[in-house]
Amino acid sequence: MSQDSTLQLAGLIKGNEAALVDELITAMRNKLMRFDKASESEIRQQTAQLLKLLELNIPKTTTHNLNDSIWAETKQLLTEFSHARVKQGYTPAETASIIFSLKEPIFKLLRASLTDQPQQLVEELATTTALFDSLGLYTIDVFQKAREMVISRQQQELLELSTPVVQLWQNVLALPLIGTLDSARTQVVMENLLQKIVETGALIAIIDITGVPTVDTLVAQHLLKTIAAARLMGADCIISGIRPQIAQTIVHLGVNLEDVITKATLADAFVIALKKTGASITNSAA
Amino acid sequence: MERIPILRMGSLLLVTIQVDMHDRLAMTLQEDLTDRIVKDRAKGVLIDISALDIVDSFIGRMISNTAAMAKILDAKTVVVGMQPAVAITLVELGLALEGVSTALNVERGIAMLAQRE
Amino acid sequence: MKTAESGAVVMPLYSDEDVVRLRKLVREELAALGFGIVDQTKMITAASELARNTLKYGKGGECHLGKLNESPKIGVELVFTDDGPGIEDTALALTDGYTSGGGLGLGLSGAKKLSDEFHLETRLGEGTTVTIRKWKFS
Repeated sequence: MSQDSTLQLAGLIKGNEAALVDELITAMRNKLMRFDKASESEIRQQTAQLLKLLELNIPKTTTHNLNDSIWAETKQLLTEFSHARVKQGYTPAETASIIFSLKEPIFKLLRASLTDQPQQLVEELATTTALFDSLGLYTIDVFQKAREMVISRQQQELLELSTPVVQLWQNVLALPLIGTLDSARTQVVMENLLQKIVETGALIAIIDITGVPTVDTLVAQHLLKTIAAARLMGADCIISGIRPQIAQTIVHLGVNLEDVITKATLADAFVIALKKTGASITNSAA
Repeated sequence: MERIPILRMGSLLLVTIQVDMHDRLAMTLQEDLTDRIVKDRAKGVLIDISALDIVDSFIGRMISNTAAMAKILDAKTVVVGMQPAVAITLVELGLALEGVSTALNVERGIAMLAQRE
Repeated sequence: MKTAESGAVVMPLYSDEDVVRLRKLVREELAALGFGIVDQTKMITAASELARNTLKYGKGGECHLGKLNESPKIGVELVFTDDGPGIEDTALALTDGYTSGGGLGLGLSGAKKLSDEFHLETRLGEGTTVTIRKWKFS
């Protein structure tokens, strides 16, 4: 776009910020979006700030590429704007449409001031559209990232809740695993297990994988890591709850579990664990 | 020169590492320990690392090598008291200290060595 | 992209004792930022490996420790620089178990496994820079 046309846009925004924001707010009300007093004043304030930054930065550049350092401050503002919408439960489309909705009132201003210069009007409309499109898309981008953060944080919290370590007997712990094992979860599992070994002085930990749907090479690797870490603390592990299909995949994948004691059921593993720690079960009825 | 003290308890040698370990210190300890195994005719070596907040590949190798050397000199080595975070880090690093016996604490370590006799 | 905040701390690395000091500093910084004990230990171990490389292969150098802020994440960055001989084959140097100096060959590959981000830059005859980062949600 030409330097001339950008100056035109900046000049138009200047002095008209309040009117533009008012029109935007009216438009948004008409679109029937969730809109309470608090968020209205916040959106007013943020869009006014955005317009200020635009009139400041548009004349400095000929590029709509937001990666240009000129736009750093604008991007920062859009990031805050997006994060605020995430918290208020807006959808990405609603968030971006607030930015897109600024286009209409600006077009109106352009049409009014450039009625007798149709050629320039067309150019201005094109550049304005391009600019606001990139701004709007950027908010979607940031919005998505913020949502991903929220999700991964929740995953983290879920992880910590879902890996109990229970003491079965003196010196014997059990770790019933439910669901799959990725590297993040493995770390949590290891931490919980090792901490419990320290607290109880356990000699044996039974890792029960009845609730693990599949064991691929990666899951097997994570299991072996957990076993190795427990061993470094002086505790042995037994893996129990191995279903026939899992035994088959383990062998097909060539995973080496030779140095690990494995048992079909938790009960079998428990008997072995008791024997190893010097305890035994007798049947009193016999 | 800075040295890590080695205590004798009957036929056992006990090393409690309570200083910040660095490479030179680790090498000195390895030499001192092998010397003492022969001199004291020790049958077991306990290395208490409960005060160590990290074990990197160098210290890990020193521990493995010391255990291997002790074995040649007919002494069994038990590493005791490893911190959970240190164990997790070592495993991530790919250093499982295979061939080294481990125990939760000194008491358990002594019991392990006693079993052997 | 991500920028280290101002006020990076610089630690010289010319002796075993310097490595011990660096480990202490990394522990303090990570603890102050609220990193868990496992993440602290992983990062200190990675720092220890890289500091040893700087000392052994780079004939000494320094480590810059900086804080990162990329809301909602915060992080720590360690940059090890030396003007040693550089690394000829970086792929090989990053292979588990490969060593040119009689070690276990876990220095570079270990630091990579223990950190969240790892970046290696080297020029033959000019030196090596290794950057590692660890992130957490603030």
